[in-house]
Amino acid sequence: MIPTKEEWNKALCQRHGEDVQKKFSAATVAVCGLGGLGSHIAISLARAGIGKLILIDFDRVDITNLHRQQYKVNQIGMDKTDALSENLREIAPYIDIERHTVRMTEDNAVELLKDADIICEAFDDAESKAMLTNLVLETMPKTFLVAASGMAGFGSANSIRTRKITSKFYLCGDEQSDVKTEGSLVSSRVMLCAAHQAHTVLRILTEQFETE
Amino acid sequence: MVKINGEEWNIAGKTVAEYLATTSYNSKRIAVERNGDIVPKSQYGEIVLEDGDSVEVVSFVGGG
Repeated sequence: MIPTKEEWNKALCQRHGEDVQKKFSAATVAVCGLGGLGSHIAISLARAGIGKLILIDFDRVDITNLHRQQYKVNQIGMDKTDALSENLREIAPYIDIERHTVRMTEDNAVELLKDADIICEAFDDAESKAMLTNLVLETMPKTFLVAASGMAGFGSANSIRTRKITSKFYLCGDEQSDVKTEGSLVSSRVMLCAAHQAHTVLRILTEQFETE
Repeated sequence: MVKINGEEWNIAGKTVAEYLATTSYNSKRIAVERNGDIVPKSQYGEIVLEDGDSVEVVSFVGGG
């Protein structure tokens, strides 16, 4: 049986403390791209009791996604926004989810992201990553950006890290491992990077900022 | 001297665009931070690097 909203909130407060949980519940986090990074980021944030997620991806679940992304065989062919929402609701039934099944561009990004306190960049394409980073930092000065670069291949788990680039811009990954040269992405290393991103979101919300 | 990605360079007086032209960065894959702030892409040709500046060029790689 699904617990009531009150039971749900009480359980989160017991785990995180009421003050922290209030911050998590009040937060809106956007996840841009729902592949290996974004699907894992969203699940971590939903488990933590983040109040609202804005999920953005134009793509559908494909058989070639299942080795590293948080989808299921019976979801092949579904829009990723719908499939991930379904999975998130099984984990966190009362989370508020806003879905946008569109390709993000310079023209629609600000409108899609305007309600976000923190934006997670989780695209796979390097140019899209740079586009979103420049756009958010140039035009949304109050919003935090947690981006990712370098998590392909079988390199050491320990080389994935989080760096503070500016007071609003955090970068996760090893900053080197390009999927073009490494040839593949595996779930474990992508999850490490996604976990860095999700954890950075929780640290920002609890005002525990990296020093460098 | 200008510190770029942790290394000192003798390039004070050059614009961000002039510096980038001497590197192999792909301009569509980078974000440039200078003294704690992002440098807007439209200003790469105007912002002149000064002695003591600290610059970081973030060059994104693919995968996600």
